[in-house]
Order: sequence, then structure tokens, then C-alpha cells
Amino acid sequence: MSHQNSALSTSLTGCHACNLVMSIHEDAQHHAHACPRCGSKVHPRIHHSLPITWMLVCLAFLFYIPANVLPMTRVVGLGQVQEDTIMSGVIYFIQSGSWYIGMVIFIASVFVPMLKLTLLMFLLISVQRKSQWRPRERARIYRITEMVGRWSMVDIYVVTILVALVNLGIIADIDAGPAALYFAGVVIITIFAAKSFDPRLIWDNIEPQTKRS
Amino acid sequence: METTAPLSEQPLVVCHACDMLQRQPRIAHHGSVQCCRCGMLLFRNIPNSIDRTIALSLAGLILFVIANIFPFLAFEAGGQSTQTNLVEGVRQLYDQGIWALAGLVLFTCILAPLLQLLLMLYVFVPLKFSRVAVYTRPAYRLFLRITEWNMIEVFIIGVLVALVKLVKMADIIPGTAMWSFIGLVFVVTGAAASIDGRLVWRRLDERS
Repeated sequence: MSHQNSALSTSLTGCHACNLVMSIHEDAQHHAHACPRCGSKVHPRIHHSLPITWMLVCLAFLFYIPANVLPMTRVVGLGQVQEDTIMSGVIYFIQSGSWYIGMVIFIASVFVPMLKLTLLMFLLISVQRKSQWRPRERARIYRITEMVGRWSMVDIYVVTILVALVNLGIIADIDAGPAALYFAGVVIITIFAAKSFDPRLIWDNIEPQTKRS
Repeated sequence: METTAPLSEQPLVVCHACDMLQRQPRIAHHGSVQCCRCGMLLFRNIPNSIDRTIALSLAGLILFVIANIFPFLAFEAGGQSTQTNLVEGVRQLYDQGIWALAGLVLFTCILAPLLQLLLMLYVFVPLKFSRVAVYTRPAYRLFLRITEWNMIEVFIIGVLVALVKLVKMADIIPGTAMWSFIGLVFVVTGAAASIDGRLVWRRLDERS
């Protein structure tokens, strides 16, 4: 395509909520404008997108450690107490024959958060290095990070249901362990991390004619 | 037969994902438009968009009520049995002092889907009768923001995993609420997918 121009390079921007195309001040790309049609805040580019995303990614890694080391559930049954971390829960499922459930938990709780954080770091570094490498594929990678994060909530819901349901006094009782909170933190933080990354930055490096402040 | 307008008369559209400025092409009845640079879906023409949204939202509201009134799961072990519904489960968490988790589940599995259904009805029922409700703008914007926090489809997977885990400890009886909750997942997703946001703003533009 011959004329590939971003809206910003022609002092225009689009509203995310109502798609109105409006003109903006050229040097005001980080300012929030109110959309004249729907009133939403319009950011031609998300302000401080890279540092905020980096900060959230690091915070998620910090939370990821206690989420995996501390127990997720504590089962009290007939005088015995059994504590399970995420991984020991997965191993329990695989050993007891329901390996597919073990895989679901492993993918949702271990693989997806790691995948998401790794992909976000890759995107952050590629944008900071002003990479020209396959923008279309990187845009697709960003869409993946946006989409998969919510599925990590599975384990949180499992704990919730177990805690709420199994409450039979002496016979059996299940409590949520401290890891549940940290893990919920990881999920929520990575959702916000994906939201704070501005995918338009990938394309800003592709057009050398764009004015950037 | 409609004649095609010259490209320069077509409205401008900006891609959310890559900021590409482009002219909106004419699209077929069932067609959709992708960004010419990054491939992001820009919009779709959905036949009977408003009717579908309202029908599915109403069905969703009915299923939501059933899912919250009837017992979700019953659990029997050693002659004792407990049964719980969604709100009861959240209260159980709250009573055990894990209020952050309780809040998260309450928000993502009860409040967000309910709000999403109510906002869809609030915006689209008046549109159906060629009216515009007051506060349509903020209502629709809130709808756009709340949808991603509705995680009932993830919750259902969580329920299935918990069932497998518990089946060895006790007898589990899935309740009415669980079946309607599964229905709710499909209905809410369908309702949100039938929305054509352009209709809302076009109608608002006509009024002002």
C-alpha cells in the first residue's frame, strides 16, 4: 500500500467507544481529549504506556512467586491437614488419573500467565528497540495477550467453589490458602498490563515520516 | 440497486489497534471490514442487530434470575449434605475473611453479567421503538467497559474442574442453577456479539 499514514500523523484520532474521527493538536498526542460525540476520554496515544506496562509486568512477576510457593488450598479431613500449591494440585490430578483436568489447571494457572508476561515483554522490548520486524504478527501477538489473561481465573473459581461448598465441620473442610490472593493479583495485574500497552506504538516505528515528540 | 459512491465520499475510520486512517468501504449485508494494515476487525454488518440483542438479553435476564435463585450444587458426604447457590458461596468466602476473593467473584460472576444485560436492554429497547433513553451515551460506554469483566465462561470451566475434584470425596448433584448458568454463558456472549455499536451513535446523531 502506498499511503500508509497513521491518524496521528495527520493530526486526527479516532474515539475507541464511538469511532468518531476528530482532529487534535499535533503536539498534544498524550493529552486526554473528551470525545465530542460520546464524551469518552480519547488518548491519541496512551500516556507513559511503556513504563506503566513494564511496572505492571514486574509487579506481576513479584506476585507470581508467592502464588506458586504458598499453598492455594488447605484441606482438613478427619484430623489430617493437606496443603496444596498450584503445582502439587496439578500433580495430584495427573497421578489420580484425571490428567486432562491437570492439564487445564496447568495451562490456565502456570502456562497462560507466563506466556502472557513473556509476550508482553517481547512487545515492550521490540517497541523500545524501534523494531521493524513483522508488525502484523506483533499486532496479532498483542491480541493474544489481551484474550488469554481472563482464563487464568479458572483456579481462583475452583478454590471459591471448593471453599464455599465443602464445609462439613469435622468430616471435611477446605480453606483458601494465601496463594489464592496472590494469584488473583497476578491475573488482575496482567489484565491491566495488557490494557496499558498501546499497540499503536508498534506501528509508529514502521512509519519514519510520523512526527514523534 | 444502490450505486457505489466514489471512495472519497466514504466516511473516515481510524483503526483502534494501529491508528491507521482509512476510508470505510461499502460492505455487504453480512459483511465485515478489517483494517487494511493490521487486520483488526473494524466492524460488521449484523442483520436484525437490535432484535437479536434484545431477544438474547431478555433470555439472559431470565436465566440470570434462575441461576441466582435455585441451588447451584448439592454436596453429600457422610450423611451430611450442603447445597449452595452463587450468592451464598460468595457470602461463605466473605465470612471466612477472604473478602478480596469474595469481591472478585461477586464482581466478575454476578455484578458484571447483570449490569451488562441491564445496560444492553436499557440502550437497545428504546432504539427498537425509535427512541433514545436518557443517559444512553454513558450507559453504552459503561457497557463497553464492563463486558471484559464478565467472566462467567471461565467460571463454568472452574465449576467443571471443582466437580471432578469433589466427585471422589462425595456425591455431587448439579442443580437447576448450574444448567441455566451454562445457558447464560451462550446467551450473553450471543447478545454481545449481535451488537452493532454504529447503530447507537447513528441514532444519537440523528437526534441532535
